[in-house]
Amino acid sequence: MSTIVAKQVSKSFGKKEVLSNIDLTVNKGEIYGLIGPSGSGKTTLVKILVGMDSDFSGEVSVLNRAMPNMAALSDIGYMAQSDALYPELTGEENLQFFASLYQLKKGERKERIMYAADLVQLTPHLSKKVMAYSGGMKRRLSLAIALIHNPEILVLDEPTIGIDPELRLSIWEELFRLKNEGKTIVVTTHVMDEAEKCDRLAMVREGKIITSGSPAQLKQQYEASDLEDVFVKAGGKRG
Amino acid sequence: MRTMAVVKRIFQQMLRDKRTLGLMFVAPLLILTLFHFLFTENTAENPKLGVAHVDSVIIKQLKKQEIDIIEYREAGDVKKRIVDDKLDAFMQMNDNDIHLTFENADPSKAKALQVKIQQTIAKEAAKQQAAAMQKALQTIQQKLPIPIKIEQPQPPTVHTSYVYGNKDTSFFDTLSPILVGYFVFFFVFLIAGIALLRERTTGTLERLLATPVRRHEIVFGYLLGYGTFAVIQTLIVVFFAVKVLDITLVGSLWHVILINLLLALVALSLGILLSAFAHSEFQMMQFIPVVIIPQIFFSGILPVDEMAGWLQAIAKVMPMYYGGDALKNVMYKGMGLSDIRTDLLALFGFVVIFVTLNIFALKKYRKL
Repeated sequence: MSTIVAKQVSKSFGKKEVLSNIDLTVNKGEIYGLIGPSGSGKTTLVKILVGMDSDFSGEVSVLNRAMPNMAALSDIGYMAQSDALYPELTGEENLQFFASLYQLKKGERKERIMYAADLVQLTPHLSKKVMAYSGGMKRRLSLAIALIHNPEILVLDEPTIGIDPELRLSIWEELFRLKNEGKTIVVTTHVMDEAEKCDRLAMVREGKIITSGSPAQLKQQYEASDLEDVFVKAGGKRG
Repeated sequence: MRTMAVVKRIFQQMLRDKRTLGLMFVAPLLILTLFHFLFTENTAENPKLGVAHVDSVIIKQLKKQEIDIIEYREAGDVKKRIVDDKLDAFMQMNDNDIHLTFENADPSKAKALQVKIQQTIAKEAAKQQAAAMQKALQTIQQKLPIPIKIEQPQPPTVHTSYVYGNKDTSFFDTLSPILVGYFVFFFVFLIAGIALLRERTTGTLERLLATPVRRHEIVFGYLLGYGTFAVIQTLIVVFFAVKVLDITLVGSLWHVILINLLLALVALSLGILLSAFAHSEFQMMQFIPVVIIPQIFFSGILPVDEMAGWLQAIAKVMPMYYGGDALKNVMYKGMGLSDIRTDLLALFGFVVIFVTLNIFALKKYRKL
């Protein structure tokens, strides 16, 4: 069953086309990776998928609802590439605020805050102001906010930037666990070893999907030893 | 309710930011106090008048008018005298002609002195004329076979009363209601504008709109959150002005608060609207000379009804024109709600327009 379907999605900023004819389907319970260098259009695509940007041509549907759709917003947990946090507030207050925007009941709110903070290992730092957080801690708090309302779909834009390898590993373990619960996860990254962990992935360059499939499939198709090689070969074939 | 979540967050942010709170609550009091003393305390030094060949009676009268007289034997180079001896004016008499020379560095001071001197001379001349007349009459009466009783003309006594204020009313009394409103307008505009701008630049606004919050919930949250601080600011400023600085308040305090609250809501909605057109705090500050400063010219400090027609038309689109008018009417003239209804409706109209525009402006981030 597919949870996210994009058909012929294109978008331009003025004359510059940043996305052209993107087709993709994300199935329920899989981790789908969008791999590509910065400036390739990953973030623009992600914003269209979560319904934050409606200025595009083509069709996007999430859980069978045409985007943008208000109700669908409650089913998506989004983590932006830049940490959009309130520095004067503590970590807990930030979580509280977003939890109340999703209108969680008081008891559920508390439970979810504890769960999300524990997941990203921020529990001891919850009462500190975000101002005093390191870059990695802010990333983790952003991830916790994306998880706060227990969404069906998680869309994470470069979730592991600035996070130490040990924690990165534990975040990926948690993503696998969420996946096993039946959640659908879309992750953007430019790190190839993270791409290996995705069930399926799409390689994005200059606003186009140059190739897509599971990591093993892609390596076989391009007769490449690793995904980096796939990226070079797939890109070279077209360019 | 999501609006309340936004309100709660704004409270938390504001209470953490002591400096901004200080700017909002203490800065207006400082400026108002300074203004108060500037307009009420002055050392009123007597003007200095140099005289040569002037009648001693006139000198005596001039001294009564609180003018310091310095007598010279000869006029000499009058202009040099004024400059060297730091005189405000010089007066010389040739027969019946009086010649006055003013320093005129401060034209309003020179005009006032001129009026005083001319009045004194005219009064003295009238007195002399009356005396001469009486003398002539007496001579005539003595020569008449039967003396006629002639009524002595008595100069009329002038009694003064005022519709608004009293004889001690100073310029500050009419200025202060406008200032109170202007401070509320200015500080609320700045703080709310920059607060929403920061949400735009740090990406939190965009992040907010990835949640199922509705656009109007954000705008109302902002209005309510910062509106509460604006109310507290208004209360502090108005109570301070009335109780401590003893500014004239003839009308109801509640009406003053109502007007200021509406002004604050206008400033709030205008501030967050204009923040959509700024990309940095620096650009937000650039709206001050363009949007905020012109307001003061049309707030009633300068009489709007004496302005040229096209300037009056500009005044009509300035929120401070209505705010200033309403505040002056309530605080100084003691008018009631029915008299300021038009002003209040106009202010409310601005709020509705700006709030609607704000809800539309957020479409830039999310269409729904």
